[in-house]
Amino acid sequence: MDYALLQHYWWFLISLLGGLLVFLLFVQGGQTLLYQIGKTSIEQTILINTLGRKWEFTYTTLVTFGGALFAAFPLFYSTSFGGAYWLWMLILFCFILQAVSYEFRLKKGNLLGKRTYEFFLLINGFGGLILLGVASGMFFSGGDFIVNKSNLTNPLQPVISSWGNPWHGLEAILNIQNWLLGLSVFFLARLLAAQYFINSINEETILSRSRKQVVYNAIPFIVLFLSFLGWTLFQPGPAFDPVSGLVVETPFKYWSNLLEMPLVLVFFLTGILLLVSGTAWTILKPAFKKGIWLSGSGTIAAITCLFLIAGWNNTAFYPSTADLQSSLTIANASSSQFTLTVMSVVSLIIPLVAAYIFQAWKAINKTPVTAAEMNEKGHKY
Amino acid sequence: MDASDLSLVDLSRAQFALTAMYHWLFVPLTLGLGVIISIMETLYYKTGDTEWKRITQFWMKLFGINFAIGVATGIILEFEFGTNWSNYSWFVGDIFGAPLAIEGILAFFMESTFIAVMFFGWNKVSKSFHLASTWLTVIGATLSALWILAANAWMQYPDGMTFNPDTMRNEMTDFWSVLLSPVAINKFTHTVFSGWIVGAAFCLGVSAWFLLKKKEKNLSYKSIRIAALFGFLGAFLTALTGDGSAQQVAQRQPMKLAAMEGLYEGKTEAGMVAFGVLNPAKQTYNDTISPFLVKIEIPGLLSLLSFRETGAFVPGITNLMDGGFIKKINGAQDTALSSDEKMIRGKLAIQALSDYKQARKDSHDSLANVHKATLNTYYQHFGYGFVPSKDTLVPPVPLVFYAFHIMITLGIFFLGLFLLTGFLTWKDRLHKQRWLLWIAILGIPLAWICSESGWIVAEVGRQPWVIQDIMPTYAAVSDLKPGSVLITFVLFAILFTVLLIAEVGIMLRQIRKGPEEVH
Repeated sequence: MDYALLQHYWWFLISLLGGLLVFLLFVQGGQTLLYQIGKTSIEQTILINTLGRKWEFTYTTLVTFGGALFAAFPLFYSTSFGGAYWLWMLILFCFILQAVSYEFRLKKGNLLGKRTYEFFLLINGFGGLILLGVASGMFFSGGDFIVNKSNLTNPLQPVISSWGNPWHGLEAILNIQNWLLGLSVFFLARLLAAQYFINSINEETILSRSRKQVVYNAIPFIVLFLSFLGWTLFQPGPAFDPVSGLVVETPFKYWSNLLEMPLVLVFFLTGILLLVSGTAWTILKPAFKKGIWLSGSGTIAAITCLFLIAGWNNTAFYPSTADLQSSLTIANASSSQFTLTVMSVVSLIIPLVAAYIFQAWKAINKTPVTAAEMNEKGHKY
Repeated sequence: MDASDLSLVDLSRAQFALTAMYHWLFVPLTLGLGVIISIMETLYYKTGDTEWKRITQFWMKLFGINFAIGVATGIILEFEFGTNWSNYSWFVGDIFGAPLAIEGILAFFMESTFIAVMFFGWNKVSKSFHLASTWLTVIGATLSALWILAANAWMQYPDGMTFNPDTMRNEMTDFWSVLLSPVAINKFTHTVFSGWIVGAAFCLGVSAWFLLKKKEKNLSYKSIRIAALFGFLGAFLTALTGDGSAQQVAQRQPMKLAAMEGLYEGKTEAGMVAFGVLNPAKQTYNDTISPFLVKIEIPGLLSLLSFRETGAFVPGITNLMDGGFIKKINGAQDTALSSDEKMIRGKLAIQALSDYKQARKDSHDSLANVHKATLNTYYQHFGYGFVPSKDTLVPPVPLVFYAFHIMITLGIFFLGLFLLTGFLTWKDRLHKQRWLLWIAILGIPLAWICSESGWIVAEVGRQPWVIQDIMPTYAAVSDLKPGSVLITFVLFAILFTVLLIAEVGIMLRQIRKGPEEVH
C-alpha cells in the first residue's frame, strides 16, 4: 500500500479509537453521577455494578489508543508524553484509582473503606474526563515543544523533543479552548451515562433521576461543545506542504477541512444528528430506553470526524506553539511504511474483535440490572 | 539533560523498576491461577459435579481481586515509555510500538471482554460459553504477555531492524525476527511458565493453610492435586527454558552472564557457583581484590551451560572490558573488542551520522554515501558513543549475582515441593505432614521472590543498555527535571504500596472466610 495512504489509514484508526474511547467514557460519566442518581446505598451499588461490567472496555480502549499512537505515530508518543509529563501523569493517576475501586469497594479488609473507593471513582470521573478533554484539546490548541532530531548526534544532549516551559503540560489546563473541550467531554460522558443507566437498569427511581440528568447535562454540553466547535473551526490552523513538509498557519484551516472532505462533513453531521436524536427521544418519550445506542454511535462518529479534521487534509495534528516547523503531522510523525503495513494486516482482525465484544456485551446486558439481583449471591462490585 | 547528570536517569530507572516490579506482583498470579481455574471449571463442565463449581468460584474470587490491581499498574508501564523514556520511544518506536499496539488489539480486548462474562455470566450464559470465556480470559492474558515479552526480548537482542539516517531512528525490516527471535521465544516461555509456578504455589499454600486449620479438606486436596501437577510442569519447563535463556545470554549479553556468576576473570572449564558470598571490598572490575569471600563451584558447568562444552572459554568482566579473547557466536569466531575500542567506534558512528546529515543538507550525495557507509560499519556499537565512562558498562554485580542464585535455588526448591506435595496428596497423607504444610505456606512469598529475582537478573544485568549496544539509558531518558520524576516516583510508591496492602488485606479476609455456596 502507498505510504501516504497507510498514514491516513492509521490516523483514521486512531480517530476511531478516540471516538470509541469518548463513547466508553460514559463509565466515568456514570461515576460522577453516583450520588446524584443513587441516593441510597443499594442504588449506588446498582449503579456501580452496572458500570462495573464495562469499565474494562474503557480502560482497554485507552491503553490501545496509547499503544496505537506509539506504534503508528511514535514521534507524538515521544513528544507529547515526554513533554506534557504532568498532564499525562495526572490522567494516569486518575485511572490507577479507578481500576481497583470497583473490585475493592465492598470487600472486607480493603484498608481504606467503601467511601474512599467511591471517592476514587469520583476522582477518576471528574479528573479523568476533564483532563482527557484538555489533553485532546491540544490537538487543536497545540503544545509548547520543539523537535530537533539532530540532537541525536550530540552525546551530551541527545534528546530530540523538549518542552518549552517547566510546567510540562500543566499550562494546557489554563487554556480556555482546552477547557471548553474538557467540559464538553465531561458533560457528554454524563449525558451518555444517564442514557446507559436508562437502558440497563430496571429500577423506577433510578430511571426517573437518570432522565432528569439527561436534560441537565445535555444543555451545558450543547453550549460548551458549540463554543469549542466555533472557536476551533474558525481559528487559524497549521497546514503542511506534503512535498516540502513546511508548516504554515492557515486561516479557517479546520473549517476548510470539513468543507474539503465532504464525506467527513456528512459523517460529522450524521453523528451530531444521532446524538441529538438519541438525547431528544430519551427526554421526550419516557418509554424510550435505547437512546444510548443512537447517542453512542453519534458520539463515535462525531468524535472520529473531529480527530480526522485534526490530522487529515495536510493538517499538523499536534501543532507546536514554540516552533511551528516542529509541529507533528501524519507524515513526519509516523512509523515506517513497513511497520504501518504489518500493523495494517493485524488491523484486519478488528471486525472479529468487535464481533466478540458485541456478543459478550449482549450476553451480559440481556436482562436489566435490578435491586433484587444485588441481593443474590455471585460476583458483585 | 546533561549525559553526566545521572540523577535523572537513576530516578527514571527507579520509577520504571518500581512500576514493573509492582506490576509483576500481580501478573504471574493472573497467568498461573488463570490456568488453574480454567482447568477446574473444565472439570466442572466435564463431570457436572457442583463441588468443582464451588472450588472454581472460590479461586476465581481471589483471581479477580488480584486482576484489578494488575491492570492498574500495567497502564502506567505502557505510558512510562513515553513519559520517562521519550528519546527511546522515538529511536525505536517503529519497532517497539507495534507489539504494544497489537497487544491492545489482540490480547487486551479478549481479556477485558471475557473477564466480564467470567465473573458475571455464571447465570446469564450457557455452561460452555462460560467455560470458553474463562479460557479466553487466560489466553488473552497470556497473549498479552507474548507481545510485551517479545518487545522486551527485542531490547535485549535487537534484530529485524535497520537504522535509517534520514529519519534518525531504527526501523523494522522483519516482523517475524522481532516476534519469533530465539530470545523472544525463550523469554516468553520462561516468563509464562514462571507465572505458572507462582499460581500453583499460591493455590498450594492457601490449600495447605486450610488443611492446617482442618477445614475444606476436599477442596484443598482437589486444588493441591491440580496445583502440584501444574506447578511441577511449570517449574520443569521454566528450568528447561531457563537453560535456553542462559545460553543466549552467554552469546548475546556476556556481561550479564559474567555478573550473574560474579565472574571477573574468564576461563575455560568455568564452574558454576553453587554457593557463594561476594567480597564487599571489591569496588571495581580491575582492582586486585578477590571477588568472593566464600565460593563452592560445580566444575565446568558454566562452560557447559553457556556453550554446550565443558572446555569452552567463558569471558569474565575484565576480559569483556579489555577485549582480545576469541569469542564464538553461532560457530563463527571473532576477536572481542575492548570497551575503549567500542566507545571509539560508537563515537565514529555518531560523528558519521552527523556528517551524513550535513552532507545531505548540502546536497552532497557522494559524500553522504561515504558517511552512511561509515555509519553502517560502526552502527553495531552506536550506543557506546553515548557512554560517558567505561566503568558504567559494568552492571551492579552483587545485585545480579544474588538475584540469579536466589532464583535458581528457589526454582529447585519448587520442583521438590510440588513433587512431594503431589505425591503425598495422591497417598492421602499430606494433611498429616504439618511441617510440609507450613513450608507450602512459606512457598507463597518465596514464589514471588523467585519471580522478581528473575526480572532483576534480566533487567539490572543488562545495564546500562536500554537497547543492547545501541542505546544506553542516559541517551533514552526524557528531557525532564529530576524533581518532577522524584515526585511521581514517591507518589507511585505510596499509592502502589497502599493498594498492595489493601489487596493483601482483602485476600486474607477472603481466604479466612473460605469458599461460599455455589451461585
